[in-house]
Amino acid sequence: MSKLFRKEQLRELTLAYAKEITREKGVLFWGIVFPILMSLGLGIAFTKKADVVRKIAVIADGESHGESNDGSDAGSRGANPEGSSRIETFLQSRTKRIEPNGNEPARYEITIPSEKLGNTTFIFEKTTWQQATVHLKRGNVAVAIDEHDGRIEYHLDPRNPDAQLSYLKLSRLFGDGGAATAAGEWTARGSSGEPVSESSGELVSGASGEAASDSDGEPVGDASDENIVPLTVSGTRYIDFLIPGLMAMGIMMSNLWGMSYGLVEKRTKKLLRRMVATPMKKSHFLVALMTVRLGMNFVEAGLLFLFAFFAFGTTIQGSLPALFLVFIAGNVAFAGIAILSSARTANTEVANGLVNLVSLPMMVLSGVFFSYHNFPEWSIPFIQKLPLTLLADGIRSIFIEGAGYAEISVAVLILMAVGVVSFIAGLRAFRWY
Amino acid sequence: MTPATAPERTTSMDTNLVIEVKDVHKSFKTVQAVRGVDLRIRRGEFVALLGPNGAGKTTLVEMIEGIQKPDRGEITIMGKKWKGNQDELHRVIGLSLQETRFVDKLSVSETLRLFASFYQLGEDRVAEIIRIVGLEEKKKSYVVNLSSGQRQRLALGLALLNRPKILLLDEPTTGLDPNARREIWAILLGLKKESETSLILTTHYMEEAEQLCDTIVIIDKGRILREGTLRELLGDDGSTGDRDEGGAGGRGTGAAKAAESPVAPRRKTLDDLFTELTGRHLDE
Repeated sequence: MSKLFRKEQLRELTLAYAKEITREKGVLFWGIVFPILMSLGLGIAFTKKADVVRKIAVIADGESHGESNDGSDAGSRGANPEGSSRIETFLQSRTKRIEPNGNEPARYEITIPSEKLGNTTFIFEKTTWQQATVHLKRGNVAVAIDEHDGRIEYHLDPRNPDAQLSYLKLSRLFGDGGAATAAGEWTARGSSGEPVSESSGELVSGASGEAASDSDGEPVGDASDENIVPLTVSGTRYIDFLIPGLMAMGIMMSNLWGMSYGLVEKRTKKLLRRMVATPMKKSHFLVALMTVRLGMNFVEAGLLFLFAFFAFGTTIQGSLPALFLVFIAGNVAFAGIAILSSARTANTEVANGLVNLVSLPMMVLSGVFFSYHNFPEWSIPFIQKLPLTLLADGIRSIFIEGAGYAEISVAVLILMAVGVVSFIAGLRAFRWY
Repeated sequence: MTPATAPERTTSMDTNLVIEVKDVHKSFKTVQAVRGVDLRIRRGEFVALLGPNGAGKTTLVEMIEGIQKPDRGEITIMGKKWKGNQDELHRVIGLSLQETRFVDKLSVSETLRLFASFYQLGEDRVAEIIRIVGLEEKKKSYVVNLSSGQRQRLALGLALLNRPKILLLDEPTTGLDPNARREIWAILLGLKKESETSLILTTHYMEEAEQLCDTIVIIDKGRILREGTLRELLGDDGSTGDRDEGGAGGRGTGAAKAAESPVAPRRKTLDDLFTELTGRHLDE
């Protein structure tokens, strides 16, 4: 038998490791069921036209609660609870009052129907300024409104996209009614919840010109609904973006957690030390681990794809052999990284830290869930070289852009190089006992 | 270092010599674990390294296993040094480490089959080992479901798979109940009867050393204090002239015999000898 290759050893090591991980029910759940559940949850969240409920705090205490941009007397703030204000008029005439339950305040509800974007329901709740601040801090409401000399003020965090959207939709609601001075104020909120003052009349002015109600004052669908053409072409939906990202993440997590943690545990149990006191080829042991992981990841990715195919109609538009190639390269890269990161330690807590150190930055940066182009421009070239980015982008380009060998060749080469170099370095540094 | 009182049983020219340890030293940071040890072990000889915890037994065995390198001195196995001969020496050595845990979700026969593949051994040998260590009824059980005695028998079975010329057992019965301990002893006595395997066994149980081994090496603080057969170590009559009033609370075989006849003179034990040499007991 060749001294370099011992077929019997490799076969038995591979079989033993395959049995070890497939007999753990937790492995099957976290490796196969969990990614499917995650894709199901995210897929539904981002593909269904769900009705959106937006809660708005209406400040009705007339207290002084912050500086205005024009320095006017804060004492003149606040809606007139007797009903003479625009907000009160709006609530009484356009919304449905929900009777209070116990000590809860009265609520007012209005729904803006939209066939294409999904319905939006606003729920207004009258509060004091202090209560509104608490609700803003807790995230219970995204926007608080009050009125000052006939001008509606919107209190929100301008860096919160949800608050921005609420503001835009809300300002369109209040933009009707023929108030010539319908320009409002947008008061940006700091993290403390206190107004930090920022006028944004342009935003409100722009919104106020488009009525969200018909001539009878009844709410109608979004005025621009008829101009909206929902994307239904395969590959342009969020789920099409998400599934390749989940596959790439699955490969990384399976290798890093499965191999790194498993190796450290075997070292802690002195099993590695016992095994190398035999004529076992050390490289065969590691190759067996990598082979089993590759097989497991293939099954996991295949099941995830089948689920996405039947549940969301996800398809592979590019070359299947190229997909297989980038899949192998990704596995090699992360298996190599896993062996390198677990080469020395015999402490599972240190192993946890090392795996998190490697995986968490890539989870955040590499565009698994959302495009990494949201990060600063200077960081993009760096992010694009991360192994998880290369893998996710490679799989994604084949899935949704119809890419083939040419488009993924550089990524495959880099991933393979990362894997081989890490594997060799890991094997050299490896502590068997 | 061989004490002057220890008999010189072999020479380096002895063709039956399987392990030779010459003036070996090993330190870890500030601890001198092994300090100038000499040891020669012949074919078929069973040797016990007897000493309390921290005596340096495990370090010495790890150097013989090739896991640790001596700071000074030389170790040869079957006339060969570890460097450059690892594959060959791994084939003639069987070992059982302290507290090794195997893969929980592999069965007894799967674990043995895995290790058998490292030596290119087949199913026949796996079945034979299962019979030798008495795990026929447990061969399909996962390791996680075995008792500690059964796990230790599995560890011994793995050590015996390759029909080793040298068997190294590091505290093979520590933590086992008396029955499980006797089962291990029975397997080893059977091995002694049927093969020419040499055994180095570390233990702090003097009964184990007395029952199983031809030669007992008493070791403490990294040094060999005494070395020889039980008779050589304790003298021909082995009597201290003391009486063991309590009997049942005594240590070891000698004490056990004294317990059977509380009025008889208590035999000198290895623990007595260790106390004479160090002022401490073996289990301290």
